Amino acid sequence: MSDLTRLSAADLAQKLTNGEVSSVEATQAHLDRIAAVDGPVHAFLHVSSDEALATAKGVDEARSKGEELHPLAGVPIAVKDVVVTRGLPTTAGSRILEGWIPPYDATLVTKIKAARLPILGKTNMDEFAMGSSTEHSGYGNTHNPWDLDRIPGGSGGGSAAAVAAYEAPLAIGTDTGGSIRQPAAVTGTVGVKPTYGSVSRYGLIALASSLDQAGPVTRTVLDAALLHELIAGHDPHDSTSLTDPVGAFADEARRGLAGDVKGVRIGVVKELSGEGYQPGVLARFEESLDLLREAGAEIVEVSCPHFDYALAAYYLILPAEASSNLAKFDGMRYGLRVEPTDGPATAERVMAATRGQGFGDEVKRRIILGTYALSAGYYDAYYGSAQKVRTLIQRDFAAAFEKADVLVSPTAPTTAFKLGEKLDDPLAMYLNDVATIPVNLAGVPGMSVPSGLSDDGLPAGFQVIAPAREDARLYRVGAAVEAFLEARWGAPILTKAPELEVSK
Amino acid sequence: MSDFLVDYDDAVARYDTVFGIEVHVELGTRTKMFDGAEQFFGADPNTQVTPVSLGLPGALPAVNGTAVEYAVRIGLALNCTIAESCRFARKNYFYPDVPKNFQTSQYDEPIAHDGWVDVELEDGTVFRVEIERAHMEEDAGKNTHVGGATGRIHGAIYSLVDYNRAGVPLVEIVTKPVTGAGERAPEVARAYVQTLRDMFRALGVSEARMERGNVRADVNVSLRPSSDSPLGTRTETKNVNSFRSIERAVRYEVSRQAAVLDDGGAIVQETRHWHEDTGHTTSGRIKSDAEDYRYFPEPDLVPIVPDPAWVEEIRANLPELPAARRKRRQAEWGYADAEMRDVVNAGAVDLIEATVQAGASPAAARKWWMGELARTAKEQGVDLESLNVTPQQIGSLQHLVDEGRLTDKLARQVLEGVLAGEGDPEAVVAKRGLEVVSDDGPLLAAIDEALAAQPDVVAKIQGGNLGPVGAIIGAVMKATRGQADAARVRELVLERVNA
Repeated sequence: MSDLTRLSAADLAQKLTNGEVSSVEATQAHLDRIAAVDGPVHAFLHVSSDEALATAKGVDEARSKGEELHPLAGVPIAVKDVVVTRGLPTTAGSRILEGWIPPYDATLVTKIKAARLPILGKTNMDEFAMGSSTEHSGYGNTHNPWDLDRIPGGSGGGSAAAVAAYEAPLAIGTDTGGSIRQPAAVTGTVGVKPTYGSVSRYGLIALASSLDQAGPVTRTVLDAALLHELIAGHDPHDSTSLTDPVGAFADEARRGLAGDVKGVRIGVVKELSGEGYQPGVLARFEESLDLLREAGAEIVEVSCPHFDYALAAYYLILPAEASSNLAKFDGMRYGLRVEPTDGPATAERVMAATRGQGFGDEVKRRIILGTYALSAGYYDAYYGSAQKVRTLIQRDFAAAFEKADVLVSPTAPTTAFKLGEKLDDPLAMYLNDVATIPVNLAGVPGMSVPSGLSDDGLPAGFQVIAPAREDARLYRVGAAVEAFLEARWGAPILTKAPELEVSK
Repeated sequence: MSDFLVDYDDAVARYDTVFGIEVHVELGTRTKMFDGAEQFFGADPNTQVTPVSLGLPGALPAVNGTAVEYAVRIGLALNCTIAESCRFARKNYFYPDVPKNFQTSQYDEPIAHDGWVDVELEDGTVFRVEIERAHMEEDAGKNTHVGGATGRIHGAIYSLVDYNRAGVPLVEIVTKPVTGAGERAPEVARAYVQTLRDMFRALGVSEARMERGNVRADVNVSLRPSSDSPLGTRTETKNVNSFRSIERAVRYEVSRQAAVLDDGGAIVQETRHWHEDTGHTTSGRIKSDAEDYRYFPEPDLVPIVPDPAWVEEIRANLPELPAARRKRRQAEWGYADAEMRDVVNAGAVDLIEATVQAGASPAAARKWWMGELARTAKEQGVDLESLNVTPQQIGSLQHLVDEGRLTDKLARQVLEGVLAGEGDPEAVVAKRGLEVVSDDGPLLAAIDEALAAQPDVVAKIQGGNLGPVGAIIGAVMKATRGQADAARVRELVLERVNA
């Protein structure tokens, strides 16, 4: 039975379709795995066993009656806790939402439910997705399955760890500055941040509205493509959602898996390497490039000079939008409510007490930054200038995509660092996202695929970036990298991870 | 509480009044500004809500296209320029009736700007008010403060919030500073809001009922020594929600500010509350420069880019506005200027139009509404519109008169019955038996009876003295309870006597 947890989603879906296994068996296998390893990993904040098994049972019954089902029907999935799920606790990793049960589903959850994927539970994350290590969760760290003393990345460390630890074949993440891709890189998994607007944001608890995007977290590129196809599409509830038809991502992934990258122009971003990048991370990146070159891809160097200002612009735009998005958490309508112990419980004082107690330090830090950046007299200098930088970065991308079909870089400058190592140094933590942030600022799609193990034996990621609405290119190139490397290694990267101790 | 006031005439003799008005109108769309929650008046609290209007985590706004169309209609009717592209912005402030703790509004990019509207005063003077902007925004929820003596938050034990109103689409119309109205400023202010109210109704964008809060006005007033002095410091009196109150609030602020200035004092830039019962304003929040709403473009919405062809289509299909319609009606109806002005001031244009449509002549319609009905409305202390009679009923009534089935006097009795709720004129005629007796038989019988009772009269009439005919007619009318046509009775009496 435990073998079922090692299957890719595509393979499991095939076995379900063939009737080799039932969805109840597959779902139970993953619930058992969660019970066995999630104590030390702590990928999940909430496990919804009953609901997942009920969905699985329904799928098996429907299949036995010969009903037409979505190809992924019955394949279990984990959902990041920033995504609202009707009837399931949703906290976004914050104490301020402890106990809140949403009365509605995010659009992507509606799609998952319509396709009948059993939802295993909600995964841990940095509070309101602010962080790169999941250490800022209000409910304890998630641990990297490769080394439990290390961070699983963030903010979506829970989803990445769940997939890496075989607790789920599929997971949903969200990516505002790298929260899908950086955890994928440091856990040896695949993560995709789609084009801004590809996946509806309706029902994602907003961090920074102009940057947030939900996407797939998986162990293979093909699985990511299948999940992306499921959750994408126009949503009238999200004004920023694209009206384009959903691309044939899985077809492109299969094309890449067959090694077809001949003639693809691959641009290496000069500014996303060098100082600050671990030698092992850079070595794995170069090796991946060599494989692409050998397969007939054309490697060119491109320069994006304004990327140097991306981090600074990001840390003005994100806190500004977040300070406004997080204003609604005030104890008046839902979630935590703290009444001051001394003095009158006026609305203003209840709001202050609730926010003072309910938010963690990183959230408060960014709310203060953002409130300052939007203040009269500072707006033009901070928020206004940051928006100008954003435009310059978009132009850098446009120019680079004149020369290349996709751009590539290491996903993160380092492998997973130790828990606690950067907790007291926000700037060092922020620098971990230096290669992923420009992608969000420009709204273009990006993917991280494993590039191998660095000198410290920990996984590193290879980032592929495509022009807006050309997400399909990610799947072709990403799948090719995955195929070439696995051929060299003889097995997927996760087979090299130490086996987790299983609790009885 | 009691401010020192300068007599209004003295105040305007020494100071030049400048005012500005912000009017909020609730649009009569089926659903809210940014979500699918329905909005109609009188629903139970917190029943017209969705995750969006409650500001639940994860919810996102989506713009109501009908609301945008209504805003464009208003902008065009106010002779504004419609923006080629405009955005929403977030106005950030913490208050329990604002579920997201920011209001989605338009800040530096209104959908319509730089227009004007002509306002006609009661004496027919036309005053042009310049419009700075008209922008879209969402309404807040409604707080009810419980336990305090005043109904205000001060002293309350707890507060209830109804989010039915949260997210209701509003258009806010802001005037440029209105100068040059002099002592007539209060009257112009009132007429301006009345003009807008009539315009909203004509445009079909709102029921525009002041008493329901569909139209709300904030009134800014400042004084300066003379019309060439720089603008003085202004106060903003909030929620002045009837025409009469707008006029009174401006008058009050002029008198109050004049007293402060006379005393060598300075006007404090502040929000003031209007008290309908006592007719005065009191100091509210001090508006300081420290008040910072941290506006920034709403990242959850894309810019609104009205298609110029669509705007022109709306312009071409704008309904006739009240002022133009009044001019056209006056010409059609043949009313003198003074007559028309009286009709307008009495709020009878629509009523007369409907009455004419129901078949009455313009003259007859005016006679009813400005005569008998105006008197009744005055007695009852209500608007003409509120009377328990429809233009269709007046049309039918006049039709009965025109057919000779009712005399004027009988018609007034029938109207009494209609107003008393006895039904349509035909029903009242039947029920009260008020129709003119047109059959000569009963009349001759009554005439013979009257002549028999006064034998000397016959001789007088036969002798050429027609004076006593009236006495006979009177007796006949009395016998028929007024239902006889007096002219016919006269004819019959003369025939009888001279036969």
